[in-house]
Amino acid sequence: MLDYMRSNRREVIAGVVLIALLAAYLGSHPRGASTYVMTIWANQCLILGLAACAQFFAVVVRGIDLSVGAVMALTNCVASYLLDGSAVGIAVGMLAVVATGALCGLLNGMIVVYGRIQPIVVTLATASIFVGIALLLRPTPGGAVNYDLADAMTLDLLGIPTALIITVVAVIGFWLPFRRTGLGLGLYALGSSEQAAFQSGIDTRFIRLAAFTLAGLFGGLAGLFYSFVTTTGDAGIAAGFTLNSIAAVVLGGVLLRGGVGSLIGALAGAFILKTIASLMFFSGIPSLAQPLFEGMILAAAIAIGGADVLRARNKLEVFS
Amino acid sequence: MVSIMSDNSTPLLEMRGISKHFGATKALDRVDFTCNAGEVHAVLGENGAGKSTLMKLIAGVLQPTHGQLRVDGQDVFLNTPQTALRHGLVCMFQELSLVPDLTVRENLLLGAPGAGLGWLAGTGLDKAQDVLNRIGAGQIKMGTRVADLTLPQRQQVEIAKAIMKKPRLLILDEATSALSASVVEGVFDLVREERDSGTAILFISHRFHEIEALADRVSVFRNGQRVETFMKGDHTYSEIIGMMVGQKIEELFPPKPPSQRDADIVLDVQNYTWESQVRDVSLSVKRGQIVGLGGLDGQGQGAFLMGLFGLLRKAEGTTAISGQATEINSPKEAKKRDISLAYIPEDRKTEGLILDQSIQENLELAALGRPDLDAGDTALYAGSLDQLALKHGGLELPVSSLSGGNQQKVVLAKWLALKPRCLLLADPTRGIDVKTKTQIYAILRKLADQGTAIILLSTDYEELIQLCDETHIFFDGKVVASLNGDDLTPENIIAATLNVASEPQAAHA
Amino acid sequence: MLRTVSIDSLMPYIGVVLLVIAGSFFFPQVLSAGYLSQQLQIAAFLGLLATGATIVILLGHIDLSVPWVLTGAAILSTALVGSGNPVLSAIAVPAALAFGALIGIVNGIGVAILRIPSMVWTLAVNSMLLGLAVLNTGGFNPRGEASPLMIAMASGDILGLPISFLIWIALSIALAGFLTRTPFGRYLRSIGFNEKATFLSGVSTPSVVFTAFAIAGMCSALGGVMLAGYANQAYQSMGDPFLLPTIAAVVIGGTSILGGRGGLFGTIGGALFITLLTSILSVMQIEDAWRNIIFGTIILVMLLFQTLRKGAAA
Repeated sequence: MLDYMRSNRREVIAGVVLIALLAAYLGSHPRGASTYVMTIWANQCLILGLAACAQFFAVVVRGIDLSVGAVMALTNCVASYLLDGSAVGIAVGMLAVVATGALCGLLNGMIVVYGRIQPIVVTLATASIFVGIALLLRPTPGGAVNYDLADAMTLDLLGIPTALIITVVAVIGFWLPFRRTGLGLGLYALGSSEQAAFQSGIDTRFIRLAAFTLAGLFGGLAGLFYSFVTTTGDAGIAAGFTLNSIAAVVLGGVLLRGGVGSLIGALAGAFILKTIASLMFFSGIPSLAQPLFEGMILAAAIAIGGADVLRARNKLEVFS
Repeated sequence: MVSIMSDNSTPLLEMRGISKHFGATKALDRVDFTCNAGEVHAVLGENGAGKSTLMKLIAGVLQPTHGQLRVDGQDVFLNTPQTALRHGLVCMFQELSLVPDLTVRENLLLGAPGAGLGWLAGTGLDKAQDVLNRIGAGQIKMGTRVADLTLPQRQQVEIAKAIMKKPRLLILDEATSALSASVVEGVFDLVREERDSGTAILFISHRFHEIEALADRVSVFRNGQRVETFMKGDHTYSEIIGMMVGQKIEELFPPKPPSQRDADIVLDVQNYTWESQVRDVSLSVKRGQIVGLGGLDGQGQGAFLMGLFGLLRKAEGTTAISGQATEINSPKEAKKRDISLAYIPEDRKTEGLILDQSIQENLELAALGRPDLDAGDTALYAGSLDQLALKHGGLELPVSSLSGGNQQKVVLAKWLALKPRCLLLADPTRGIDVKTKTQIYAILRKLADQGTAIILLSTDYEELIQLCDETHIFFDGKVVASLNGDDLTPENIIAATLNVASEPQAAHA
Repeated sequence: MLRTVSIDSLMPYIGVVLLVIAGSFFFPQVLSAGYLSQQLQIAAFLGLLATGATIVILLGHIDLSVPWVLTGAAILSTALVGSGNPVLSAIAVPAALAFGALIGIVNGIGVAILRIPSMVWTLAVNSMLLGLAVLNTGGFNPRGEASPLMIAMASGDILGLPISFLIWIALSIALAGFLTRTPFGRYLRSIGFNEKATFLSGVSTPSVVFTAFAIAGMCSALGGVMLAGYANQAYQSMGDPFLLPTIAAVVIGGTSILGGRGGLFGTIGGALFITLLTSILSVMQIEDAWRNIIFGTIILVMLLFQTLRKGAAA
């Protein structure tokens, strides 16, 4: 256990911070820790959480995905057409929504791998394309999502917010086993040292393609869940989520240089970011000062993460 | 699939007319080479002789420019390491192939035979643990991140990772360079066992006694060509050296003039201490003197040299330049005119040069910050480039187009433009061909004759003996021996690097 | 000097010519002096931002604080002018530039001293600036107005050429000279390629990083001042639409996002190309959705062309 904590120091810190923030939030909320409060909080957290997961898969292979928000916007618009009607139709629709996301990611990956262009530039351009398609589908916000389904996904189960259950299921049902697969380890290997990964006989092209596809897939999941929460399609949601997803993964201990961090960390980072915002809302800080406080907390959290280098005794250590 | 058994008539691996060119550099030039099952085949050669390139071709990391590889008599094209692995060709790389951010277990799993993209069952792990236990690495925890392991531990894990792949041909490229004698013995037992069960072993080492202990056959490479292949014992030590170097050792080095005892001290360091890596080191270098720093890798000599150049924070001790107490806190301060130190870093590709920029731009980079010099003036560099005989197709070409030896000449010339009072060199001839070495030795000697003080860190003890007036051997952060004159012998240096005098038999404990 | 004019940096100019030819085929007014001069005027705003971004990208970093440095400079300058005090009004432009430089140095400290990835740190700085702006203006559009000088900078013209364009080109030429003729320019590119080797060559790399980010901050601030002059006001989020086109302009101008390689000549072409592309798509009354799609596709195609050409050369 101690070993685990030492080698996953960043995630552990993120987890502790999250718990402290959540306690402060529930304590300061006028209605206390009611299911209603928890549900709203959890829904907001999970939207950004899934976006952060998407960003995580790009970042862990030493890439970045500036199209996360755009994929969310596109899949949200797709969802606003497909998530109504018969049960079978809805089920197929949900698959189609997620598949759309995965397809976007695959496109990103193919341009990165075969076009040999930096991910940051590729996803900058494809983000514009994805938003364009989203606008084609929904020039103005609209459409509908089956209310029963939306309620089931965004309310609570026996008092526990569904969003939290989804989070736990994603971690236990997907991430923990995935981490033990060749693909899961390959992502880390590629991000940590492409040379070592290649020499160990790993197909680095395939792994990179897979990473971007997974990023797209989680972007699709984020768009899907966003649709459950808002029950409409809106092509204009991209901007905020992309930059926040980057902030979230960094707060969750994922290093932008690749190879370090986990999906749990990315989720924790997203939850922290959203909890700070919620906390601010009830904290008594004048509402006009809240964005500034949010920004300062974000900057401070990031700067503390960087403070390690001030202790480096060999000046060459900081370069890498 | 090819059959697992191979009779004696077909070699396991056969290379015919293999050439590998990097730009203008011929790393390998029409090499024929074979390796049989059930033998340990040692490959010898100077740095830059083409050994590592040969290994990378076999491991599928590089592909030959010309020539054909055959496994069991069948033509193969090894386009990736995966393909090589499928043929049972496994390499334990000198540049370690472990992923630093993953744990030992995860690294072993990645390399396990049959590991695909799906669920990793961890079947080979018992075997790997068994190997680790046998080579004295049982204490390495499976859950430790590789980045947190020491260099010897990483080599041990790398060995376990290679052997758990059940190789048909196992390449050990400087596999034991950081391991202590007792661990090496365990590794050798293991290698012999592998050989006896029919595995072919390609063994690269710089330590002659290791070749003596392990090899069945020996091939010597020089300048990208195979000079000769023979059974162990067919040639004497000095004959083999002669094959490797192409000339006698003494001819490589310029004659050493008698040391001038009364010259002025240029750099004087007292009680230098940093973290736990450098402990209470005091030494000085005079005008015209070449002072050597020796020892096994990572005994503090490298850190000490960095410290002199202002790269270490919170170091203790005093430094005086020409009698003037000085504090040097950054390379920028170190290169100022009144201090005028120059540092040739160990890794020329990442530390010494900017590979994407032109030769000219690289040459100018150090002189640019000196107000008394006009960095654009080519006369600043012409002298040293002439003497070093830099081979280039134009100074505007990227420095990456040069061979390793010529790149190192650019690093030297870049700093010599500043006419440094004291030159600090971190293993400047590592991985460099013999001819360039000779040129570097000559220019160092000439600089010394002109009054430059030189501190030369080297892993090649011939350099410490033939070139240096005085040599300090580091062990565990301390200077354990300062040798000069007649004391400067291979035996004394080796004894001091292992610190045998003060800790007898420690290496075999 | 000639080496900065690489084939990559000529690409956007070829693109500009093709756009004008193709555009004039559908809409003859594209060839009119009035239209082209207006494009030069508008391109200057993006171009100034891209000039700063080029310097940071050459260094191997990125500056995501452009939007709110721009907005902050606009708010600051219009507020100073709007105060009615002639002294404050006179220092509006220099104050805004100083503000940009200051934020640039804050960016530089995070990147060079704390070693935080620039993508994250400048993002955090951006959100702090947003917070400051909201706190200051109460979330409404800030009051204030542009000074005659600011309006002239944005909308005036000399001999038929927009002043904004002249300012942009003059600044680009001055900075290009600074980059090619001083050690700073050499250090900038060297750091972009290999910071460690540059440091080991006896270069104070942090001060180069500070300077680069400070210049970029001043460019963003100048862009903000001129945009405020153009609109005769500052408004919330006025910088947000500029961030991604800025990066796109730099990259299609042939500057490598990894640092070291590229220059301002290509960036001028990149900014012209993107401005013209946006404008022609809007003149053609193509709906927003298709504009986005075409925009993204064309950028991708130009980048793919760059790598294909290099692949063929290698």
